[in-house]
Amino acid sequence: MTARHNSIVFWAGIAVFLVAVMAMTQLVRNEYPFFAGYVILQFIVLSVAWSILGGYAGYVNFGTNAFFGVGVYTAVALFKVSGAPLVVQIAAAAVVGMLLGLAVGLLTLRMRGIFFSIATIALAIIIETTVMNWRFVGGAAGIQLQRPPVTEPFDSYVKMLFFVQGVLVVIAVAIARYIQNSRIGRGLQALRDDELAAECTGVPTLKLKLVACMISGGLIAAGGAPAAMYLQYADPSSAFNLSYSVSVLAMALIGGTAHWIGPVLGAILLGTTQQLLAVTISSEVNVLVLGIMLVVFVVVAPKGIIGLLRPRYRLRAGGKA
Amino acid sequence: MFSMDLLLGAVVLGVLLGCFYAAVSVGLSVSFGLLDVPHVAHPAFLVLASYGVFLLNDRYDIDPLVAGLLITPLFFVFGLVAYRIYYEIFERRGSDAAVRGIAFFFGIAFIIEVLIILQFGVDQQSVSASYIGKSWRFGEFRIPIRQLVAFAVALGLTGLLAIYLSKTFMGRAIRAVAQDEEALRLMGANPVRIKQFAFGIATAVLGMAGALLIIVAPVEPTLDRAYIGRTFCVVVMAGLGSMTGTLIAAIILGVAETIVLTVFGASWAPAISFGMLLAVLAFRPQGLLGR
Amino acid sequence: MTTSPATPDAPLLQIRTLTKTFGGFTALDNISVDIKKGERFGLIGPNGSGKTTLINCISGALKPQIGNVIFCGEDITQLPPHQRARRGIARSFQIPRPFRSMTVLENLMVGLDFASAPGAAAAALPEEEVAMSILTRMGLAAKAGAPTDTLSQVELRKMELARAMAVRPKLLVSDEAMAGLSHSEVDEVLDLLISLGDEDITIIMIEHIMQAVMRFSERVMCLDAGRIIALGAPDEVMANKRVQEAYLGT
Repeated sequence: MTARHNSIVFWAGIAVFLVAVMAMTQLVRNEYPFFAGYVILQFIVLSVAWSILGGYAGYVNFGTNAFFGVGVYTAVALFKVSGAPLVVQIAAAAVVGMLLGLAVGLLTLRMRGIFFSIATIALAIIIETTVMNWRFVGGAAGIQLQRPPVTEPFDSYVKMLFFVQGVLVVIAVAIARYIQNSRIGRGLQALRDDELAAECTGVPTLKLKLVACMISGGLIAAGGAPAAMYLQYADPSSAFNLSYSVSVLAMALIGGTAHWIGPVLGAILLGTTQQLLAVTISSEVNVLVLGIMLVVFVVVAPKGIIGLLRPRYRLRAGGKA
Repeated sequence: MFSMDLLLGAVVLGVLLGCFYAAVSVGLSVSFGLLDVPHVAHPAFLVLASYGVFLLNDRYDIDPLVAGLLITPLFFVFGLVAYRIYYEIFERRGSDAAVRGIAFFFGIAFIIEVLIILQFGVDQQSVSASYIGKSWRFGEFRIPIRQLVAFAVALGLTGLLAIYLSKTFMGRAIRAVAQDEEALRLMGANPVRIKQFAFGIATAVLGMAGALLIIVAPVEPTLDRAYIGRTFCVVVMAGLGSMTGTLIAAIILGVAETIVLTVFGASWAPAISFGMLLAVLAFRPQGLLGR
Repeated sequence: MTTSPATPDAPLLQIRTLTKTFGGFTALDNISVDIKKGERFGLIGPNGSGKTTLINCISGALKPQIGNVIFCGEDITQLPPHQRARRGIARSFQIPRPFRSMTVLENLMVGLDFASAPGAAAAALPEEEVAMSILTRMGLAAKAGAPTDTLSQVELRKMELARAMAVRPKLLVSDEAMAGLSHSEVDEVLDLLISLGDEDITIIMIEHIMQAVMRFSERVMCLDAGRIIALGAPDEVMANKRVQEAYLGT
């Protein structure tokens, strides 16, 4: 299959996806599927975004919750100040997320492996503590939000949020795919394998890592921004909940990070399982299943689902088969 | 708002707290500092030990310190098994394994958290003993006896481990394996066996540390998250693997925490250890005592 | 970015009073040497004498405390490695460091993607053809699609040299590219290096195998304890008393 052919198939798929999402909002009456579907779409955005840094570059970010929470609170603060529309909230969250990504990158990207991961947890806690002490957005107690009236052609706010999150999925996937196929992707893969060898082969490793960190952070924050309106409520301990980090990490690694489709599959699989478990059993069992699946996959199927499906990705993603 | 007396009190309490932090961190100082295992689940193991102590105390009315001693051998075996698994799956394979090793321990930490919740619920749990709940008065301020007990035991535990590592044959072998695995292999020793044993020791220490954790204050299933910051802060600040460094760094953290607590209030408490950790990582990754 | 003023005889690489210490240990002590354009330069010395530290300072993996590295008339002492690679300094590693998740061809593509000077003559060709032509030269064409963990030791060595060539270097630093190879393999790699030298690539070769050094080098420099103890024609250096002592003595 040629690259051109590949692109046509990809964009056709994207168009079908968007039309389907839109059609669903117009045809399905019941709101519940949108409540559940929103969460799954949100996790697709987060996992794909996480993989840009965690998968392509091999820097395991435990601070997904920091970027997510920052997205939520950017939306909350903007909404409170000016009643800014949803699109503006999301765009602002993306910008703030990118700036945070830049700051995180400058501070931590010289650290390797576990040091980087621990540093990202530290940042998440520090930001959460700061928000807890920030009265304007409700402090530790949280803040109630009143949704504005819904925009045409949607008949409910949740359906609109579902569609918006669908658009974010498209943006995240398109960016991840672009990076993967461009020289940025090759450079990230090289530095993941061996930073010094990459540098000596001309790869500007620090710059590429910063770019990856900013894009990843911006997308995670954008994916988190609508959560404020979705829940009509925000509080620091849920917005910055570490379970976002473990969920997203699990989804990306279970799906496989060598190709953008991996995190998408992982998020759909785990997101759906979680929705079912949360309804039928309990949220604790939910996290337990997630943790066990993460550990099992990391041990048994290091390349994730896509590694099991297609050996070609295994070669690209490396290591011993 | 605060006086010199209050500050002095904070410093004293901080030193006590710091020694306790040393006791909960020394295990990580061995497993992460010396053996280079990305042991993010160390604090989860710690909290697990506390619940073990809680169980023995609650069910059979065993003194928490004795209970800690009782679960120590169990934790030693637990550590041996955990390292073996980690080694077989990750260390042996090299290359890509680092990323997955981190994810592995992160996942394990979460599994432990949830299992504790399913077994004991989300509420705080505490132990009872004769020395818990009383305190000594010195004029203005009081020192809870539980803090003193924890301080004394912690100091003993940290000291014992330091002596073990520097004076015994096995201890020196552990330090050697951290320095130069290849040399040790050439001398006919099996580095993997030594590391496995060391990881066992590092985990065994958590039996007692877990007892101290629940003596000092009630525990809850997600308490490990706060201790990710504290233990890693101490170990990194100490300079990886240094025992004296661990004690000094832990005291610095303890004093910093109590002072911030007295001056700014409890709402800023979680950020202190993580803030210090981040500062050390960013500006002095070789640790305060490193070159 | 300044390019070389390039008077024909100007040295390609000038090392000026280079000193590098680690803690209290002096790995390089006041090293000065010029390397001419197109020269085949051998670097020898006992283990721990500072050879690898010196090439780390040249490639940018390390920064010296004192002294300068001047390449094509430009002071590059403070530049990061990737900037040096783009200016035409490539290297191989003592222990091969392939990009493990990539095929042999993809390893080369990294260099072509990031370090090749724009507007070079070959830029008209698609990258993959350029990479294939380098692999063909190195005798690795059959392995283009193979993952690096299936390569033999000698193939890995050649792959590293090929990847270095993908940077289109003016200066190639080869760090013990023949360690652990059989006699015939050593000759193979040596012939490759000599043929690269013939096309105007300046080569610094670190090597323990003396026959290889003698055959390859136009000039040889011997380091011991971070200092230059001999510099000159290969047989002169080999005959030097201090060199013999450094190698034969403890």
